[in-house]
Amino acid sequence: MARMLKFNIFRYNPQDPKSVPHMQSFTIDETESMTLFIVLNRLREEQDPSLQFDFCCRAGICGACGMVVNGRPGLACHTKTKDLPEEVTLMPLPVFKLVGDLSVDTGTWFRGMYQRVKSWCETKKVFDPNAQEERMDNALAEKIYELDRCIECGCCVAACGTALMREDFLGATALNRVARFMLDPRDERTEQEYFDIVGTDEGIFGCMGLLACEDVCPKYLPLQDVLGRLRQRMAFAAVNNILPSFLRKDVKL
Amino acid sequence: MQIIQTDLLCIGAGLAGERVAIEAAENGFSVICLSLVPARRSHSSAAQGGMQAALGNSAMGEGDSPDVHFADTVKGSDWGADQECARIFVDTAPIAMRQMAFWGVPWNRVVPGEQTYYKGGKPFTAYEKPENEGLIHSRSFGGTAKWRTCYTSDGTGHAVLYTLDNRAAQMGVQVHDKTEAIALIHDGETCMGAIVRDLKTGELKAYLSRATLIATGGYGRIYRESTNAVICDGGGMIAALDTGVVPFGNPEAIQFHPTGIVPTDILVTEGCRGDGGTLLDVNQYRFMPDYEPEKAELASRDVVSRRMTEHMRKGLGVKSPYGDHLWLDIRHLGEKHITTKLREVQEICESFLGVDPVHQLIPVRPTQHYSMGGVRTNKDGAAYGLKGLFSAGEAACWDMHGFNRLGGNSLAETIVAGMWVGGKVVEFLAGTDTTFNTAAIREAYEKQAARIQALIKGQNGNENVYAVRNAMFDTIMKGAGIFRNGTDLTESVTKLQEILQRARKVGLRSNGLGANQELALALKIEGMVKLAQCVCYAALQRTESRGAHTREDFPERNDRDWLNRTLATWANASDDLPTLNYEAATKVFEIPPGERGYGGGKIIPMDNPPQATPAGKKA
Repeated sequence: MARMLKFNIFRYNPQDPKSVPHMQSFTIDETESMTLFIVLNRLREEQDPSLQFDFCCRAGICGACGMVVNGRPGLACHTKTKDLPEEVTLMPLPVFKLVGDLSVDTGTWFRGMYQRVKSWCETKKVFDPNAQEERMDNALAEKIYELDRCIECGCCVAACGTALMREDFLGATALNRVARFMLDPRDERTEQEYFDIVGTDEGIFGCMGLLACEDVCPKYLPLQDVLGRLRQRMAFAAVNNILPSFLRKDVKL
Repeated sequence: MQIIQTDLLCIGAGLAGERVAIEAAENGFSVICLSLVPARRSHSSAAQGGMQAALGNSAMGEGDSPDVHFADTVKGSDWGADQECARIFVDTAPIAMRQMAFWGVPWNRVVPGEQTYYKGGKPFTAYEKPENEGLIHSRSFGGTAKWRTCYTSDGTGHAVLYTLDNRAAQMGVQVHDKTEAIALIHDGETCMGAIVRDLKTGELKAYLSRATLIATGGYGRIYRESTNAVICDGGGMIAALDTGVVPFGNPEAIQFHPTGIVPTDILVTEGCRGDGGTLLDVNQYRFMPDYEPEKAELASRDVVSRRMTEHMRKGLGVKSPYGDHLWLDIRHLGEKHITTKLREVQEICESFLGVDPVHQLIPVRPTQHYSMGGVRTNKDGAAYGLKGLFSAGEAACWDMHGFNRLGGNSLAETIVAGMWVGGKVVEFLAGTDTTFNTAAIREAYEKQAARIQALIKGQNGNENVYAVRNAMFDTIMKGAGIFRNGTDLTESVTKLQEILQRARKVGLRSNGLGANQELALALKIEGMVKLAQCVCYAALQRTESRGAHTREDFPERNDRDWLNRTLATWANASDDLPTLNYEAATKVFEIPPGERGYGGGKIIPMDNPPQATPAGKKA
């Protein structure tokens, strides 16, 4: 028999002077293959048209629908109700600025992150439209893509103890981004330049190793491994730099 | 009224919008991109398969050239394409792909030696030349003579969009995300920017610009069953149509993708079939070779979608609570291939269906996927009707796709056209100044502010916006699906006239304050119904079958009467039907109309066939 599901949803519209933060309950009948995408759209269309939440691709690709489902950050689009109990609590992602109800502003946060880590290939070369492309080993291209798969849903940031305590913490997603460019031969930054970005308490030394980022990542990115390797490489770089040149080694991530 | 001024205003920050933005920023112009969502959430990110460019690096792409790509594109379009644009596209594509590699896209690269690939579900080996090691690799896509689709696993759109957005950030392109342009500011001759609603606060602002670009993607969300992201609701096309002077090119040209999964309509990439996936019926019988012996699953999308529908109509579909479907089988590609090259597909199957494609079949059916039509532009990307208005990407009818576009050509179009149109926008900005007419700005602003107040107060009525949208869904699905006919289309046109009246009487049920999303839909529902009407009305008039437009009552492709492009305008806002005009499909013929080589169907030839200019010669 179909279940009746109860949803407790955080409500607050900062643009409405009459609105105060509170929880509101809705009930809805469960249907086959139901996801939170279906639930929230039905609630807005059938019960409360003022309900705010974000979806875009609704297919787990774009990362728009991150929210806290029964205490755990995740993507609403591929959360199936059959995996949830009869009573579900939905909260907006913390850390990011609230737009209203379940909708938060991830764009401003991530844009700030790109500027801090310089999220692009730094190079002095100039593109030549008449030249053949520079060659790259396919295995390396695939390795770069592995780290490029982050969808910026913000779940790892929302789940991060350090990010909750200090606003300036880069977060797993930013460290992953840095690692992606460190792998990429098209990026000509030196170890020191990378170290300047991540070698602080705002970067690799701020992480408390709670592992929540990796636990909640909907793309299963190896975020803790990446952090570990970044720390390792930075430590090697630091030691390397004080060695005489004939003893220095190239350390690959 | 807050006023924000810039040289170039890009409405939309997907691949096309950002590629144009970068071109302008690199040339020293100020650029603001508006985006409904953070730029990297644009629907471009969802494209899995790849981008076509005739690089000819891979064994199966050997001998490829822009000329072969051109022929495939024109055939694919069923000769509806503007051949000048198709030529620009194929010639520019290799440069654009290499530039994306330079900026950081991790394209898959050629691995030398003997490699195992699949065709029609059967493995074969090909020898990749050692001298091509490390160059950009390519995979097979439907409707192409050579393998030329550049790809990054099955996350091509994601990888390219992230690289492009990185470049945009580096070049200082501003992205104002969570904003929506709800109307263009214009005086009937020149476009001066847009009236924009801030989707974080609900505030209304005016953006003034010397050049304005519409790059808002397709309008798939006027259909209920669509592979498109929920933001692909035609916002840019609505703003353009509302001017009364900018035509909607080929609205009836709607592509259905063969493999939307059932029931959620999420797309699984054509790469599945390109890599050797097959389609099976209720008896797990591979039926496509019976219909298309040569190309089988790799005939172009319109053909495969129709054959699937035909086969299901014979009662050979799989019954499900969501209607009939067929199976996509990729099991034989093996776990390694599926978990690397088709991982997104695997994730989609597991997350949304609970199906493991390594061992199980995937339920699929043809689903609305792509809009070949859009803001009609000339070959420079300049919109007809308004000076200073440009368009690129799926939002545009630049028209290299005609009545059916090939897989891999649209994702490539975003950056290739973006690069080309970007160059033209730069030329325009360098040579043109605009006078901002304050009366036109104030009028446009006040009109939109008044619309919002009327919706909040229910001044025009209290129709439920969701009910109106659902009525539109039912009507367009009935009239303008994969197979179309005069009777159903006539009924849909009449119904949409009634629905348009209802759309004009929408009133909000919520208070409309702040980033209210009911208001966002209410503001565009009238426009969406108008787009739906353009589709149905133009499809009713076009009494032939060409590409994805299939009339059961007119099965021939009629080059004698219909080798042309529909131009729909909405002359007066209060009209209940668009005005249709027509122009020649192409001014230049490199390839005169002929057989596509797949899909069958009769052709009524032109009375006076054109002379072809030699291939490769530019007009």
